[in-house]
Amino acid sequence: MTAARAPRPGPVAGPMDLDALITDPETRIVVCCGAGGVGKTTTSAALALAAAEAGRTVVVLTIDPARRLAQSLGLVELDNEPRRVDVPGASGELHAMMLDMKRTFDDVVVAHSTPERAEQILANPFYQSLSSSFAGTQEYMAMEKLGQLRASDRWDLIIVDTPPSRSALDFLDAPNRMSRFLDGTMIRLLTAPSRTGFKIASAGFMFFSRIISKILGGQLLRDISAFVAALDTMFGGFRERATATYELLRRPGTWFVVVATPEPDALREASYFVDRLSAEEMPLAGLVVNRTHPPATTALSATRAEGAAEEVLEAGGPGADLAAAALRVHAERMLLATREQHLADRFTSAHPEVAVRTVPAAAGDVHDLDGLRGMAEALTGADGDTPTGTPRTRVLPARRR
Amino acid sequence: MSPDPSPVRLHVVTGKGGTGKTTVAAALALALAADGRTVLLVETEGRQGIAQLFDTPPLPYEERRVAVTRGGGEVKALAIDVEEALLDYLDMFYNLRRAGRALRKMGAVDFATAIAPGLRDVLITGKVKEAVTRRHDGRPVYDAVVVDAPPTGRITRFLGVTGEMAQLARSGPIKTQSDGVMAVLRSPQTAVHVVTLLEDMPVQETADAIAELTKAGLPIGSVVVNMAAEPVLPADGLARAADGGLTGAELAPALAAAHLPGGDGLADALAAEVTEHARRWAGQDGLRAEVEALDRPTVELPLLTGPMDLGSLFELAARLEDHLQNGETA
Repeated sequence: MTAARAPRPGPVAGPMDLDALITDPETRIVVCCGAGGVGKTTTSAALALAAAEAGRTVVVLTIDPARRLAQSLGLVELDNEPRRVDVPGASGELHAMMLDMKRTFDDVVVAHSTPERAEQILANPFYQSLSSSFAGTQEYMAMEKLGQLRASDRWDLIIVDTPPSRSALDFLDAPNRMSRFLDGTMIRLLTAPSRTGFKIASAGFMFFSRIISKILGGQLLRDISAFVAALDTMFGGFRERATATYELLRRPGTWFVVVATPEPDALREASYFVDRLSAEEMPLAGLVVNRTHPPATTALSATRAEGAAEEVLEAGGPGADLAAAALRVHAERMLLATREQHLADRFTSAHPEVAVRTVPAAAGDVHDLDGLRGMAEALTGADGDTPTGTPRTRVLPARRR
Repeated sequence: MSPDPSPVRLHVVTGKGGTGKTTVAAALALALAADGRTVLLVETEGRQGIAQLFDTPPLPYEERRVAVTRGGGEVKALAIDVEEALLDYLDMFYNLRRAGRALRKMGAVDFATAIAPGLRDVLITGKVKEAVTRRHDGRPVYDAVVVDAPPTGRITRFLGVTGEMAQLARSGPIKTQSDGVMAVLRSPQTAVHVVTLLEDMPVQETADAIAELTKAGLPIGSVVVNMAAEPVLPADGLARAADGGLTGAELAPALAAAHLPGGDGLADALAAEVTEHARRWAGQDGLRAEVEALDRPTVELPLLTGPMDLGSLFELAARLEDHLQNGETA
């Protein structure tokens, strides 16, 4: 009778109450993270809108929004500063900004050095490539911008969208990787081996340095040298700065929301991220399983719907074709929902402690305030308030009726 | 064995994150390996997505067979490890493999690829070029090479970077190597395929990538529309449902005739699902015009409801094979 073997439900976690989270004045930072293409930007914007409508003064830091979504948030130009978004009827305020990583990096340089030195650094070709294309710059600058927004105390809630990287962990790892790189002995050895007087700077290393300069060009090494020299006296090391912003994520009042789609890759990334947050003792609000396809009724399994479609066609009569097609649509939908629930269950059995909220896919792209409102409702609405009564923690009900 | 369907031997597959470019690259490799051909599938981003698709243990930096196809064809896979590739390179030009290992321990190799992100790309494209041009007994070792390349946002830099590197290093082995790589990439032997979904962002990024690649003189292949929903309803019903003109009352009599339980509640729920299905389809169909406007050969792959396994890959491969053959006769 049943369509597919129902996956065994895992241990039950409490429902995720994002409404309570974003309206709680103690909550100051919400970071939305996950693999690329899962809807982090839309989730961030929807949460920010809900918070503003609930009376908070909120800023959403987006990284790479879709053009139409950006337009609907008034982000027509990249000016690297928050702009107020007009939300009719909201009791709070919504501000939005799009990260300009180069400009953010430039600002850091300018703020922490003399005008002459800053000019020297900004003009350095190695700095230019570092600030626009180094792997990890975007994550580092997102972290930096978050620190700035938090320090200004102008907003009582900051919602951060994380850069679209292959791995969700990059957001946590890239800033440290980059500061290690800039502070590292290797860069000093390579750029000024005579000055550091390192004994391990063996003949082999000198040979390597010659080859590097042959491969990459001597000019690049000279640029790096000049850059490091200028940086040296500038501010107390990149590492300290990165550590300070990293620590911000551990402070009370910061919450992580992990976003995934019901796909094996995205959920695997979510899994890694959840493990990492727990290892770092960073607070996890829960997992948003975005773009699910819950059916409008669960009374009819996929197999029964397929069978019924045949019966309807055999019985014939007016409307038989349409009704049979409707039953096939339902059968496909049940199969898809079953697969999604199975994947969500796999995640939950590995992470029973993580609260889950499913967000149904919209029929089209979300690109205006109304679309965001719809998504916000799915994110923050009451747990059992769905057309089929299936709790919002699931795609399909736990037991068949 | 039938003659080569196309002069293209290097297929570069890119697409926005989440569009399924790894799956498409794998299916394309299977399609090209049909009828006894040998194809190399190359992974460039170290995520072991190919191993997962073919359900094999993680791939080492070594060409390993991952699938056989009809007529004795085979797909080999290679996950490029940038450090190993740099050591190969040092070995090839400076006979430095042992010193290289010591440098790796010091973190020097990691460092070198970090200060010059372009170096990473040069090493990868250099390895790809080597596989494309490798010959044994007077004929190419691989009939085709398929690259699961970086996403659209990085693809032009990835493929064009060797040009930048050639300018950085004006002479010597890097220069010679870059020139060789660019010659292959810009030749009719190469096609860059872009994978998209029928959604706003991926279609927009596809248009942007095609414009950039064209400007960089890189040859564009096909646009692959992945995970396209196929309409279940007859066309008139579909249009009406998308407009919200389908009600449960219309479905109820036929459902009652088949003695289905649930009555009006069921009919209304089915009508709601049909309306959503029709709206989603209409939204996707609207974007088809934008994809057509790109004016590239286009192939659609269906959204498969089951889990992605070798059987589903072959199903997608069959569609791609048709497309490749029709592209040739058109």
